Amino acid sequence: MADNENKAEQNDGSITLPVFEREKLILNGRSYAWITDRIAGIVEKPQPLLWWFLFIPSALIALIGVVGGLTYLVSTGVGVWGNTNRTMWGWPIVNFVFWIGIGHAGTLISAILFLTRQNWRTSINRAAEAMTIFAVMCAGIFPAFHVGRVWMAWFLAPIPNANAIWQNFKSPLLWDVFAVSTYFTISLIFWYLGMVPDLATIRDRAKPGIRKFFYGLFSLGWRGGNRQWSHYEMAYLLLAALSTPLVLSVHSIVSFDFATSTVPGWHTTIFPPYFVAGAIFGGFAMVMTIMIPARSIYKLHDVITMKHIENMCKIILATGTIVGYAYLMELFVAYYSGGKYEMEAFKLRITGPYWWAYVVMMFCNVVAPQAFWLKACRENLWIVMGICMLVNIGMWFERFVIIVTTLPRMWLPGDWKYYEASPVDVVTFVGTIGMFLTLFLLFLRFLPCINIAEVKWTLLESDAHFDDKQAHPDDGVESKAAYQYEIKKDRSMEC
Amino acid sequence: MSKSVKRVYGYLAEFESASALYKGAEKMRDAGLKKWDCYSPYPIHGLDDAMGLRRSILPYFVFFGGSTGLLTGFSLAYITQVVIYPTVVQAKPSNIFTTSAFFPIMFELTILFAGFTVLFCLLGLIGLPRLNHPLFASRQFHRATDDGFFIAVEARDPNFSPEDTKALLQEAGGTNIELVEEED
Repeated sequence: MADNENKAEQNDGSITLPVFEREKLILNGRSYAWITDRIAGIVEKPQPLLWWFLFIPSALIALIGVVGGLTYLVSTGVGVWGNTNRTMWGWPIVNFVFWIGIGHAGTLISAILFLTRQNWRTSINRAAEAMTIFAVMCAGIFPAFHVGRVWMAWFLAPIPNANAIWQNFKSPLLWDVFAVSTYFTISLIFWYLGMVPDLATIRDRAKPGIRKFFYGLFSLGWRGGNRQWSHYEMAYLLLAALSTPLVLSVHSIVSFDFATSTVPGWHTTIFPPYFVAGAIFGGFAMVMTIMIPARSIYKLHDVITMKHIENMCKIILATGTIVGYAYLMELFVAYYSGGKYEMEAFKLRITGPYWWAYVVMMFCNVVAPQAFWLKACRENLWIVMGICMLVNIGMWFERFVIIVTTLPRMWLPGDWKYYEASPVDVVTFVGTIGMFLTLFLLFLRFLPCINIAEVKWTLLESDAHFDDKQAHPDDGVESKAAYQYEIKKDRSMEC
Repeated sequence: MSKSVKRVYGYLAEFESASALYKGAEKMRDAGLKKWDCYSPYPIHGLDDAMGLRRSILPYFVFFGGSTGLLTGFSLAYITQVVIYPTVVQAKPSNIFTTSAFFPIMFELTILFAGFTVLFCLLGLIGLPRLNHPLFASRQFHRATDDGFFIAVEARDPNFSPEDTKALLQEAGGTNIELVEEED
């Protein structure tokens, strides 16, 4: 037994348990200069061929789907979407909730894990925040065009219309406008402020020329003096503290769009926490979907270690289980409430014409992530990628199930109709996936994709008292942290 | 010989590690210097005390920014919905008790205003953006954003003297001491 080896029995019969060293977040004893060089190098060197292989199709899909699809929509009329009377919300709102949800993991990593002092966030927070911003951009497209006449979208802003009538501030739809636009703005400020020191790093490495000019401009003349860092760290803390309730509010308010209505199947109090857990769940799957290939392409294995990936798998497992609980609790409450229409709504959801969507949702969101209980599954990147893909699909279907299985049969049997998306719906949604990937690839190309300054801060020698600690080491700390060794064990498992 | 007039900005000294910088900063603080700063590629925790800096005053500004947002949200919703044009939708009344329906908007505007306050007050407090700085003329200062740790003492500090300050920096553990000059 390993336990017995570690326990040193004292003469008086008491047992001293060993104190293990903390797992290192940066492997192979990399120096500050290595970190700078590896991360800033991504921006400075020509991109690998694979980048172009991903970028060109993504950009084309974005062009055809978003630019083409929306041009066709605006020039022809919003009727080219599959939305019909009863199912007025259809794919556009499914896509909106899907993309907004994706963004939440970014804010969770950058704000909530910062407040809870989870230092492993430093390797992934920049890319996750970028993902948030791009996902919210994709999300914003759908409600803006879903209003029907997009040139009237300014009606959403708090400005009175021609008859001096104001928006209805009691409506969750208007709350949503405020929540999503605040979320985008604050995420952008957080992302940009976090990037200023790293932009200065690239500026200082650049030769005089166009690169130096632009990075110099956007780094605002940052010098890294402690009189700057002192205020900067306070600003970062404040933004994290502001973003934490903000991110929880955004998806809660999105869920109010449903929950405050009287539609059976939507009118439930479980919606806000259920939506927030689902958003974090889906968002983490998307972080992994884009970070694991990026880690592999840019050889970032020493910065984004297996510990990071395993932690994210555990969060997916935890939030996926919360989501599964919410699905079951929803059914139980429908039964327990004795509400006839509530029960009928859920019966329709599970056994009606959309049963296949419910099965896909259940399998992808509840069953598949349970594999992460096994360490072997968390360590095999192919399995991790596969499950994350399933979660991405499952979370889209969750929103489809909530919206589309509820709306097509209400009140009068005369207007019951099977909802089908039109090709324009599909093209536009696929286009936003292309747009998301295009923006992310451009981010990898032009901006530091890992927080250089914060990653340096996780090295042991970054501590102001490192010399003193070296001179007076603690007794009995064993160098047995797991991952520094396991990473070397099997290189083939990296995809 | 160059004919341009140069003005001395101050001394720049390199330190080999965060620990060395910390100890150096304590010496500078105890020597009573005022116009000086430590430069590092990442924020070093504890350095504020070693430099004798007070806690950032940013939160006070942000509190007022957030409060302004809260009031703006309330006024925007209340004045338009209750005072100017009372709208009764879904049988919800329009009076002071309607305020609970305005909470989401009040909350979002609180966060929005506070976030902008963080951004603009931070830039004000750290004196950015600026396009240039005398330190950028140094031959080694570019390493401050990579792996260099520096202390710079400005010549406009009342306790600055060309010999004593240099000796102090040397004694504190500084190496590669450089006199940084700016073009006038």
